[in-house]
Amino acid sequence: MEVLASLGDGFSVAFTLQNLMLAALGCFLGTIMGALPGLGPSNGVAILIPLAFTLGLPPTAALILLTSVYYGAMYGGRISSILLNIPGDEPALMTCLDGYPMAQKGRAGEALALSGVASFVGAFLATWGLVFIAPQLVKVALLFGPAEYFALFTLAFATLGGISSTNQAKAAFAAALGLGIAMIGVDGQTGVPRFTFGEVHLYDGIDFLVALVGLFALSEVLIFLEHRHGESEASAKKVEIGRITPSLSMLKYCTPTMLRTSVLGFVAGVLPGAGASLGSFISYSMEKRLVDREGTFGTGDPRGVAAPEAGNNAAAGGALVPMLALGVPGSGTTAVLLAVLLALNITPGPLLFTQNPDVVWGLIAALFIGNFMLLAMNIPMVGMFTRVLLVPPRILMPVVAMVSFVGIYGISGSSFDLLVMVLFGVLGWLLRKLDVPLVPIILGILLGNAMEANLRRAISISDGDWSVLVGSPLAIGLWVIAFVGFILPIIFGAALKRRMKLAASKEDEGELVD
Amino acid sequence: MRFQHSLRFALAGAVVATGMALAPASAFEPEQPECIAPANPGGGWDFTCRQVGKTMQDLGLIGSTMQVVNLAGGGGGVAFAEVVNKRGDDNDLIVAASTATATRLATGAYPGNTMDQVRWLATIGADYGVIAVAADSEIETLPALLDQIKADPASIAVAGGSAVGGWDHLKVLIAAKAGGIDDFRSVKYIAFDGGGEAVTQLLAGSVQAFSGDISEAKGFVDSGDIKVIAVLAPERLSGDFSKFPTATEQGIEALGANWRGFYAPKGMSDEAYDHWVGQIKALYDSPEWKEVMAANGLEPLDLQGADFEAFVAESVATIKDLTAAITQ
Repeated sequence: MEVLASLGDGFSVAFTLQNLMLAALGCFLGTIMGALPGLGPSNGVAILIPLAFTLGLPPTAALILLTSVYYGAMYGGRISSILLNIPGDEPALMTCLDGYPMAQKGRAGEALALSGVASFVGAFLATWGLVFIAPQLVKVALLFGPAEYFALFTLAFATLGGISSTNQAKAAFAAALGLGIAMIGVDGQTGVPRFTFGEVHLYDGIDFLVALVGLFALSEVLIFLEHRHGESEASAKKVEIGRITPSLSMLKYCTPTMLRTSVLGFVAGVLPGAGASLGSFISYSMEKRLVDREGTFGTGDPRGVAAPEAGNNAAAGGALVPMLALGVPGSGTTAVLLAVLLALNITPGPLLFTQNPDVVWGLIAALFIGNFMLLAMNIPMVGMFTRVLLVPPRILMPVVAMVSFVGIYGISGSSFDLLVMVLFGVLGWLLRKLDVPLVPIILGILLGNAMEANLRRAISISDGDWSVLVGSPLAIGLWVIAFVGFILPIIFGAALKRRMKLAASKEDEGELVD
Repeated sequence: MRFQHSLRFALAGAVVATGMALAPASAFEPEQPECIAPANPGGGWDFTCRQVGKTMQDLGLIGSTMQVVNLAGGGGGVAFAEVVNKRGDDNDLIVAASTATATRLATGAYPGNTMDQVRWLATIGADYGVIAVAADSEIETLPALLDQIKADPASIAVAGGSAVGGWDHLKVLIAAKAGGIDDFRSVKYIAFDGGGEAVTQLLAGSVQAFSGDISEAKGFVDSGDIKVIAVLAPERLSGDFSKFPTATEQGIEALGANWRGFYAPKGMSDEAYDHWVGQIKALYDSPEWKEVMAANGLEPLDLQGADFEAFVAESVATIKDLTAAITQ
């Protein structure tokens, strides 16, 4: 099998001392970031981008580091869910439902270990899915002309607001804001500068890395400053960890659940814009409907811990498929990773697998390796990660601020970019206060130019005939999915969200969405 | 498969690291030779600085390591403004440039800057333009393509990796002008983000022709997906590309060289200017540089000092004429 041969080559790339060390480092940092409430995978990756660049890592190594952080954060999110009933990130929300009750019953160790195994199963199966499906998706991608791309980008925006934000209108506002920011700079179709006010630094547009670090990392610091005199960080209650290895019988009991939810999560992840939150929610609610005959879900049922964890980790792997094969991110974090790829001069999309096979397959191999490392780390080292939760934000936040400034200056060497980053930090803080999700903004900045360019290409090729946008079955199909994806959450979204809210009573203010 | 890439990165890193340890030499030589790459690491200008810096040091043409500074922004405009405004009399500084620099100077894309504000040093080679169609296209020659555009402009969309008014677009217009098409607006050019994307759309059938550089087309020519109908070079190229006809031999007098070279601050002393010109010429003539050119698809283009100044001035003037015709 050609795919397996490529994967073998990938392993030969990943198996260097440097890459293994980076994977281990990434997994470790990622788990910690995921565990810290508020610092989700998107922030985790965003914060470490500057590190990858200042280390001067080659593309493959940088990607290995950052995707390890991504997988690690997906693992880590569950720790605070289970121990503190505060989700480390939004996808881990569902893990609170049965994880915390388990912890209260003195089975925290078991819940942590089980969720670690479930995360492993989900991520492992999803990585195999990535191996087999992504190259196929590349062939499909040759069917994509400008009109189809425009429909696909519209789909990404239409479905993004859906489940992961509290308010469809605010998500739409955020996306529009992002699209507006993307318009800054020289227009690629005509060479005319737009919204640059004669400032040559703005001719290339706003660098998405600058916007990203400002919006996510700096606003985190500002939020902290604001709350400094308020209540202190989550006061860690004395939690009985209990035994930290799950019994075989419990694993066996949960295996069907893990397998089912892995598949479901993977599919949810592949859909652009749905992401891990959707994966974990669908997984949990489906399992509840399927196997919860005694009504034990929500009271500390191990299957209620396994389902969302397998689901959200599978979705994390699934979200890499459209990002690598089509250049369209399936979630907030992959949008961040897309930015990294572009910054490394690697254009994800149909050509990635032929032009940069070493990068792609090295990356996929690293995902497998990282996954095993995470499993190894997460079972025996659970006790240590729980202690990280106690690092006071007054130490953590200055580090975040420092890394942001040094990192952005390190990338561009321009003080102008630092000013822009600070502006975005303030903007991010303001938007969080208003409960406007940040991910659609980033998506708007990232995809805005491509979306506009493809629309204009399609229209130029057809000599101004707008019907070209619905000129192929593929385009029509994409429009239908986009339409349904936009309408459905408006009808059912409120009900769904209520149930999620109801289920997990506590939710951090201004939580980032994945 | 190109797995050796990461190895090459590692080697380059090692070379730079060992170079750091060397002490600067005396005599008239740049004390701290510095090359500004007006773009992020990884692009053509970055390649120009790093490869030239490394090879010059290997050959002993500079006494110490060339420090490469990436000053991205404004398509090179940020670096140009920096050199003009703040580094105007720096004798140790050279800046990577290419046809794109001349194009942007010609179209006023560097606000308030002109080519007279710097001194042009020398070229280190060129990447010639190609015009290609899909392998299964009925069009076999450049004149046939141009005739089709004349007969039915709407039927041919040409894709390229640069913006409208950018170099890939201008190459099409140069060919169109030489082929007797006077109304440039009838030539439908679709801008994509880079040559790779443009070629993909050629394969997908969204567009009918492709304008790009040899280096962008090579992979797809090797795979048999596209056919090159004209090379915009004065004579046939060497190696694999010798089988492709030039535009000239098909009766279309069109040349399109994406040159790579350097400029320096206006206030650089004549002594320093002559030194840099001489060293870059020595680099260009070395067998080591010939190898670098062969490995990276660069073709010969050998211009220094006053000749290079005149060449840039001429291309700026040509591009001004062409773009004036589009924007009328």
